[in-house]
Amino acid sequence: MMHFIDRRLNPKGKSLPNRQRFIRRAQSQIRKAVKEAVNGGKVTDIGHNGRITIPSKGLNEPRFKYDYSKGKHDRVLPGNKEFSTGDQIKRPPKGGEGQGGKKASEDGEGEDSFQFSLSREEFLDVFFEDLELPDLVKTSLKEEVEFEKQRAGYVRVGSPSNLDLKRTMRHSLARRISMKRPGSEELNSLREEILDLEARGRKTKKLKELHEQLEFLEHRRRFVPYIDPLDVRYKSFTKIPKPNTRAVMFCLMDVSGSMSESMKDLAKRFFMLLHLFLSTQYERVELVFIRHTHMAKEVDEETFFYSRETGGTIVSSALEEMQKVLKDRYPLGDWNVYAAQASDGDNFASDREKCLAIMGDVILPACQYFAYIEVMDEQELEIFKDEQNMTDLWRIYAQLTGGFEQFAMRRVVKPNDIFPVFRDLFSKEDAGEN
Amino acid sequence: MAKAQEVQKPLYEGAEWSFEKLDCVYDAIEEIANTELGLNVYPNQIEVITSEQMLDAYSGIGMPLMYNHWSFGKSFVQDEFYYRKGMRGLAYEIVINSSPCISYIMEENTMTMQALVVAHAAFGHNHFFKNNHLFKQWTDAEAILDYMHFAREYINKCEERHGVEAVEELLDAAHALRENAVDHYSRPAPMSREMAKQRIDDREEHKRGDYRDIWRTLPHNEADVEDGEVKSQRQEANMAKFGLPEANLLYFFEKHSPVLEDWQREILRIVRNIAQYFYPQKQTKVMNEGCACFCHYYIMNRLFDKGLITEGAMLEFIDYHTRVVAQPDFDDQRWSGINPYALGFAMMQDIYRICHEPTDEDKQWFPDIAGSNNGIEVLKDAWANYRDESFILQFLSPKLIRDFRLFQIHDNSSLPHLKVEAIHDSRGYKKVRSALAKSHTVSAMTLDIQVADVEFEGDRAITLRHMVHDDVPIDGKEAEKVMRRIAQLWGYDVSLYCEDALTGKILATYDVTAC
Repeated sequence: MMHFIDRRLNPKGKSLPNRQRFIRRAQSQIRKAVKEAVNGGKVTDIGHNGRITIPSKGLNEPRFKYDYSKGKHDRVLPGNKEFSTGDQIKRPPKGGEGQGGKKASEDGEGEDSFQFSLSREEFLDVFFEDLELPDLVKTSLKEEVEFEKQRAGYVRVGSPSNLDLKRTMRHSLARRISMKRPGSEELNSLREEILDLEARGRKTKKLKELHEQLEFLEHRRRFVPYIDPLDVRYKSFTKIPKPNTRAVMFCLMDVSGSMSESMKDLAKRFFMLLHLFLSTQYERVELVFIRHTHMAKEVDEETFFYSRETGGTIVSSALEEMQKVLKDRYPLGDWNVYAAQASDGDNFASDREKCLAIMGDVILPACQYFAYIEVMDEQELEIFKDEQNMTDLWRIYAQLTGGFEQFAMRRVVKPNDIFPVFRDLFSKEDAGEN
Repeated sequence: MAKAQEVQKPLYEGAEWSFEKLDCVYDAIEEIANTELGLNVYPNQIEVITSEQMLDAYSGIGMPLMYNHWSFGKSFVQDEFYYRKGMRGLAYEIVINSSPCISYIMEENTMTMQALVVAHAAFGHNHFFKNNHLFKQWTDAEAILDYMHFAREYINKCEERHGVEAVEELLDAAHALRENAVDHYSRPAPMSREMAKQRIDDREEHKRGDYRDIWRTLPHNEADVEDGEVKSQRQEANMAKFGLPEANLLYFFEKHSPVLEDWQREILRIVRNIAQYFYPQKQTKVMNEGCACFCHYYIMNRLFDKGLITEGAMLEFIDYHTRVVAQPDFDDQRWSGINPYALGFAMMQDIYRICHEPTDEDKQWFPDIAGSNNGIEVLKDAWANYRDESFILQFLSPKLIRDFRLFQIHDNSSLPHLKVEAIHDSRGYKKVRSALAKSHTVSAMTLDIQVADVEFEGDRAITLRHMVHDDVPIDGKEAEKVMRRIAQLWGYDVSLYCEDALTGKILATYDVTAC
């Protein structure tokens, strides 16, 4: 007795609970690995490449086992080529003979680190962990592409609301013609003819023929219905990703010597989060990196985050560069412009007026959103806690906050300071929708 | 395998499979298996699954039902990673030693592959499961699925009642002793879900009556003033009572741990039962795969002889078969040990050859089977009554040793050189054969460790003993980790000493204090 059973439609993901348990177990290692992946990765990488390597410490499953490097062993191996009995062979280097490949990992030696892939969801969960995002924002960030229904031909089954009358009737007509369904006109004229003949009171052979013909046609009419289930067509829809418009994101950063690595790291997190947010909202997001000291330059991501420059600090140079790029490559109306600027707040005093002018007249009106974050360490925060005591750039930008609601500025010391900068953006969006 | 030909029309063409084709091919295979090979199998249940489901099945060590534990998740994420990166393929089938015998076959396989898998798993492995004495003795194919169901439910319930973490901690400890959880000498009682439930009830009933007084309180002071002789007598009596030395560590803790609660004992029992279920598979890898490969090779060839499969299908089969039974040399990049498929298949074919076309050498080495002209019967007898170790010792022929160019290396870590002990010549055949057999023994895989002593009178410390053979020591770092888990199960201090099996000298000791 024998059965074939088709299990293909059974739910998959039977090992999901085990997977979750494993991830919980390895939480601290995974957290560290994700952090490294974030620091080492590109702004656009986030959530796309979940491949991480974690140390297997705390994850190995101990058991009593031999220490094969010691003692006496007899091994039998295949493929003897030149050895004869009694030969002495020099001990091969460790990991060679008989212990290669698989065996090493079985013995736990190859298990020092452990590589696997996190799903996008899992990766983002860890990434968001210390940013303290509200749940709502998390879901809207994690949300995958939105779908829109699009017509995709016709199908034979569907709900009545999707019935396509025109198509159905066309099929019906074609069938009626090919099956020679008698039309009402034909029948009517036949009936009239019969009535006519009967009115004249003649019971001729012709009348009888006409009666037979009428009966035949009526029978045929019943036999070939006006609309047959075969004719019915429904509109079919498929879900396709919702086409979003394009956005460009400008990352501006002060790279003069006063910016420390940890400040840059904070800035990077901020840029990543903004990019992540934008890429869920827009189909295409382009990135422009502009770094500046006393002069500004558009650079690639690598240079942006990892190279150091010396020099003074003139913020307007970066704003001018952005203005130039905007004009050349991203004509207004075609692009949604987002910008994020990170700086420690230094600026030459003489640059004040110029900054104000470019920001107020050109940049802010062109932007959907402009976020300025001032990164600083704890000590500096103490100094600048006082409202009167502000950095140069902060003082300039503070004048702009009133006039432009798309402008947000914050001081950021720890990763969990980053989110509030976004809050302005989200609250604005909510208000707009209502 | 030349037989009179009765050429028929092929049962299928092309790569696509369907359930109708599967049915036809199954019937054709079954006919060959019954009439020509005379296989005796459990009823078959063949399930078609997707590659995703195959990955899932991997993580539960191949069982269709398994309780949850993070370690299965660990192997899952790893398998998944390697599979997605294309670094490792999936198995074409998984077969479960149960009645009905469940074989999983993958949707992606071609029709030829499905035929091969049915012959290999649903007949080859199935026959081996049903007839090999180790499987008969150690596993209960009728009951395993029910039992796994019970185990999963029970552990779920424990998680609800005692918390996921408490259960996880216990399972971690139990898993560390999985390989020391088999009774090597006595035959286990049959398992079943009803009996397991009944036993739990009985135990609770029994508890009131059989109160182990010695664990209830610390010994009174009088014990300390008792004279030594009385004390050691009592110790001896206790040793007998607890059946020391005991090599089945999990069993010992399940029965005698002073700190475990009933649900914890039951979980240890579950882990122990499952370990025991896999015990025969470890000892029969070469034979089991050899048997399955022999069957699929015979059956596929016969299908082709009868004209039931096309030349294209046959070519595809041969290509796959050749890769499965390939044995890379020791100095080859792909070398990762002796391939049980290669060795097993070669030995089965060789036995068949010895029975039907023996050489003079064969007649000398295997007088009782050479030329007996009943290869299938000899093979079936071997499949039923041997394990890898004894099978190799009995049947590895000089011809195969030459074919594989096997040689034996003696590696003494205290000497600077390795020595070639024997090669494929008349002086070496027996040596190579017995060395290869020895590497397939249970003791080559698991360490000889027992519960040697329990301090009943004092601090209740438990002492384990590792008998050291051939100077191969235990991995101390790992051992301490395992002992920390034992301390959880036992509740008191744990120590381990390593004793040389020949000289009785103590080579090393390890101690772990209970927290």
